[in-house]
Amino acid sequence: MEFTLQPLGDNSVIIELGDDISPDIQRKVKEVSSFFDEHAFDWVIEYVPGFSTVAVFYDPIKIKSTKLPYEHVCEELTSLLKHVKVKQDSEPRVVKIPVCYGGEFGPDLEEVAKHNGLSPQEVIDIHAGGEYLVYMIGFAPGFPYIGGMSEKIAAPRRKNPRLKIPAGSVGIAGKQTGVYPIETPGGWQLIGKTPRKLFLPNGATPSLLQAGDQIKFEPITVEEFQRWEENEND
Amino acid sequence: MIKITKPGLLTSVQDLGRYGYQKYGVIASGVMDPIAHRIANLLVGNDEMEATLELTLLGPDMEFAEDTLISICGGNLSPSIDGKPVKCWRAVFVTAGSKLKFGGCKTGCRAYLAVAGGFDLPDVMDSKSTYIRAGIGGFNGKALQAEDQLRIGAPSTLSTNMMNMLSAEKNEKKFAEMHWTISSDFKTTSTAKPKVRVMKGRQYDWFTPESQTKLFTESFEVTSQSDRMGYRLKGPTLELKHEQEMLSEAVNFGTIQVPSEGNPIVLLADRQTTGGYPKIGQIATVDLSIMAQLKPGDKVQFTEVSHAVAQQLYLDRERNIQQLKQGISLKIRQQTK
Repeated sequence: MEFTLQPLGDNSVIIELGDDISPDIQRKVKEVSSFFDEHAFDWVIEYVPGFSTVAVFYDPIKIKSTKLPYEHVCEELTSLLKHVKVKQDSEPRVVKIPVCYGGEFGPDLEEVAKHNGLSPQEVIDIHAGGEYLVYMIGFAPGFPYIGGMSEKIAAPRRKNPRLKIPAGSVGIAGKQTGVYPIETPGGWQLIGKTPRKLFLPNGATPSLLQAGDQIKFEPITVEEFQRWEENEND
Repeated sequence: MIKITKPGLLTSVQDLGRYGYQKYGVIASGVMDPIAHRIANLLVGNDEMEATLELTLLGPDMEFAEDTLISICGGNLSPSIDGKPVKCWRAVFVTAGSKLKFGGCKTGCRAYLAVAGGFDLPDVMDSKSTYIRAGIGGFNGKALQAEDQLRIGAPSTLSTNMMNMLSAEKNEKKFAEMHWTISSDFKTTSTAKPKVRVMKGRQYDWFTPESQTKLFTESFEVTSQSDRMGYRLKGPTLELKHEQEMLSEAVNFGTIQVPSEGNPIVLLADRQTTGGYPKIGQIATVDLSIMAQLKPGDKVQFTEVSHAVAQQLYLDRERNIQQLKQGISLKIRQQTK
């Protein structure tokens, strides 16, 4: 597997496996992640996958070497990752996410439509019609970075991030779409909201979604949203 | 048991952070000033990983239901026990029934209150750190409120020795302070013109040469839109050579990222796990405490440090802390002989 290494501060290194959002690169990210799941190193604190990268946070004190810890880590990773190969892909898990688009739940739907010369309904049809791949979880607990969105509804991040975005909000940033699991600040354009909970702090894994999952967005009405929410809170 | 009678501005239980779950998007949390936290623990004979209370600008009022050994490190928030001032950066024996209060913030922004034995609270995902936005960890996942009662854990042998020694000295006062403190090298909270060492970030080359120069020559002000998640800074606008969307990837404690409007944001304890804004710089771990003790309105100057020097500084400082740790236990052993 080919990669480059670069520091992310004095206690972390980023393994770069590509420079694009693609299912092929996602599989590489997944393989490198699995490698760290299956092998324990006392100097590795944790790893954090990105679209085309895996960051490895390490403890510089645990590295016994005459060289600087970073140099030693780079040598170790270079020899360890040489043998990591991408396996044949298995059937992805499909997760359905109901979304109530527009209105107060999606204050930027009009903006996204205008930006692309479409009607709001066309944006909804395109967004809900797509098949999506979860590339990574990050930014907030259980927040999925999702690929596969049509470029017809792409829109740049807001120039000034919002200070508060309600949990469940569905947004667009550039060519990416995502769902906010908890209330948080952020710069995405909001087009709708889901009643499903994505952050499960008491679950075996604290995230509903995982890298490699397939997502299907299903448009629902305000009434259906309310019914869903009642059931979720039961 | 400690009973909170007034919560203060923002008081929460924190330890060195929740690691291992960032891949699920669960943030690291933990203390903003790791050095003050670790030293507060060491001074009362705790493991440095033990949870402390992080107090912000306006400290809380509290009552001690039992004899307790405490230490307060970091910013000076004017602590007093039953009306008498208490010294920071040293162990203090407090008798049952005493009331601890805080006044104005004299230096820094945050103080750390350690109690011998730590706080008897459950771990959530291997940490006691409070993650307020998600409502997990610490005391019921929240900042402390009036009437909250915190149970104290079992003190170490070292802590017990310190308590016995100080309780014999307290006379008619309600508390007794240790005679010695630590070297001022560890007290990072009171520089008039704070300088913070910064490494070039992963997207440093994306910025115009003017912006690269400004980062290391001009000063930046901490704005009121600053919290445990990050500090929004105000200063010269930092611009990219050309508009470029980047792919989201991991960020770190002390990452300096720049949204398109050009004002940098320093990511701190409650930072997101990943980010999509270009990273112009990365604060050296050894200087995170200086940054975290700045309050809105304070100015900061970034100076450039190479990655190799930053790592050497990291190793040197860890060695100093280990020496401090050994020094403290040696001193107690000599005094209690």
